[in-house]
Amino acid sequence: MFGNAIILALREIRRNVLRSTLTILGIVIGVGAVITMVTIGEGATAQVQADIQKLGSNLLQVFRGQGFGGGGGSRQAAPPFSMDDVEAIKNEITGVRTAAPTIGNGAQAIYGNSNWATQVQGTDDQYISVRDWPLANGRNFSESELRAGAAVCILGATVQRELFGAEDPIGTSIRLGKLSCQVIGTLSSKGQSGFGQDQDDLVVVPIRTMQRRIVGNSDVSSIMVSARDGVSTEKVQADIESLMRERRKIRPGADPDFNVRDLKEISSAMTQTTRVLTTLLAAVAAVSLLVGGVGIMNIMLVSVTERTREIGTRLAVGAMARDVLLQFLIEAVTLAAFGGIIGIALGLTAGALATNAFNVPFVLNMGIVMLSFGFSAAVGIIFGYFPARRAAQLDPIEALRHE
Amino acid sequence: MPSGPTPIIDLSQVTKIYGHGEGEVRALRGIDLRINAGEFVAVMGPSGSGKSTCMNILGCLDTPSGGAYKFLGVPVGNMNADQRALLRRNYLGFVFQGFNLLSRTTALENVELPLVYRHVPKEERRALAHKALQEVGLGGRETHVPSQLSGGQQQRVAIARAIVTQPQVLFADEPTGNLDTATSVEIMKLLTSLNEQRGITIAMVTHEPDIAGWTRRIVRFRDGHIESDQANEPVREH
Repeated sequence: MFGNAIILALREIRRNVLRSTLTILGIVIGVGAVITMVTIGEGATAQVQADIQKLGSNLLQVFRGQGFGGGGGSRQAAPPFSMDDVEAIKNEITGVRTAAPTIGNGAQAIYGNSNWATQVQGTDDQYISVRDWPLANGRNFSESELRAGAAVCILGATVQRELFGAEDPIGTSIRLGKLSCQVIGTLSSKGQSGFGQDQDDLVVVPIRTMQRRIVGNSDVSSIMVSARDGVSTEKVQADIESLMRERRKIRPGADPDFNVRDLKEISSAMTQTTRVLTTLLAAVAAVSLLVGGVGIMNIMLVSVTERTREIGTRLAVGAMARDVLLQFLIEAVTLAAFGGIIGIALGLTAGALATNAFNVPFVLNMGIVMLSFGFSAAVGIIFGYFPARRAAQLDPIEALRHE
Repeated sequence: MPSGPTPIIDLSQVTKIYGHGEGEVRALRGIDLRINAGEFVAVMGPSGSGKSTCMNILGCLDTPSGGAYKFLGVPVGNMNADQRALLRRNYLGFVFQGFNLLSRTTALENVELPLVYRHVPKEERRALAHKALQEVGLGGRETHVPSQLSGGQQQRVAIARAIVTQPQVLFADEPTGNLDTATSVEIMKLLTSLNEQRGITIAMVTHEPDIAGWTRRIVRFRDGHIESDQANEPVREH
């Protein structure tokens, strides 16, 4: 009985190529769209989460000026930090593991015939520790190099690739604008930040070298601080704020002319944004699922008349209701499974291509795969099977006369 | 199955009522009818006389409201839908006015259909369907679909489908209703030979006296009653 029903169901699918194709298409579109959209959204979320890890552990940053956004003007007016501020943060706040001063400045890096516009970061030997950024090769700055403002530098992976290609840069000299300096180390690759910028596109030099030979003053423009493991960054943030208020002589109640950012906060805000985006994409996908479902319903309901008469004929030549039902059920399940499998394959392929194009990781969410497949399959089966069931329960003559 | 003294079909006081209350329509008002093995019966009457209703009840496509229907001596009245399906599957064949072939399905597959429900193995099914198509003069058209066949050819496919199971009774409801005169004659010749050569009992509804003239017994319906039931000397050639 089962074998027969399978023969008849497959014959039916082959016979109604258009109807079968449209049903499969409806399921493919629904399932494919949902899987693609959700894969992209989840990839973006995973990317942001990975970026938080990359920023370094428990990282805080002290800037001049107030807050982000509106602080542009006041940042310039506010007095810069000094190396003493860095030492004070390191020594006076117990929750701080270490801190590093930074000064950023654009410069042209030149080696032989290669020329690359990059960012020069003046800092000290704590920088790689604060940013949790291991060296790939060579060594960190020494005490004497930092004290003397020696002409040495550490290259980011992008700069290394652009200037040296496969050549070993350690020990060679490059020019940064007018300054010639010796390469003593290279950084491992950190990749893009959550803000889409290439973190490896930089050259690190001792802060004193930066101050004396490039910018020509003794300012520190910002301070990067790493909190100890297990210490809450909120506590450290508050401690730095009160310390700096004191050192910069800001009256209680007055607005500070600096601000301390917890980069985790920014990241979690971004994670939140990405989640909203994922939800939005999922909603769009749900609409495609629904449209696919309505398409299937349409096709199935339009063919009810033809099918009812056909069921009448089958009953007249000796089919029992359950023979007919089994056949139609197998037909609906086959179409749904076929459409679902194609939809999943297409959705995952499109998702993989898109995540690759957007440079985000490919995350497989089996829950969504099953959910979208289940929904489309249910629509296909319900609207394929139930009209047939109604027809099969009629007296054969009523089914035959159906208009 | 025994024939002879037991009629194949035995209706006594069969009624059929459609609808309820005010809108009630009494399509059959107590029909007594016996059909014996080997008969070729025409059921005639104007529209609304109950002839088609009677035929549908005989063919177990419809259920009577009252009275008793015995098929081969077995009461059909208290059978459920599946039992009636088995009766149709094993003993009955149908030919309809509108042919009722499965569209986009080859002649061979259409003829095979009743055999599929009888669980006949594939090879045997093929062979029987081929033979039936040859019998109705459609050898060589096995792979044609209904839209590629003329009306007469489609009705032949339907007849092949009805006889492929070697039924006890063949029910034909206006089998020539959609066909021109020449084609109708062809179909009637085919039915006559099936009755005479193969011994298949045939009950046929028609409203055309010319078509009824091919049979050997004519039952006339009027207003839900049998008006007359008489033997007929069948025409041989036209």
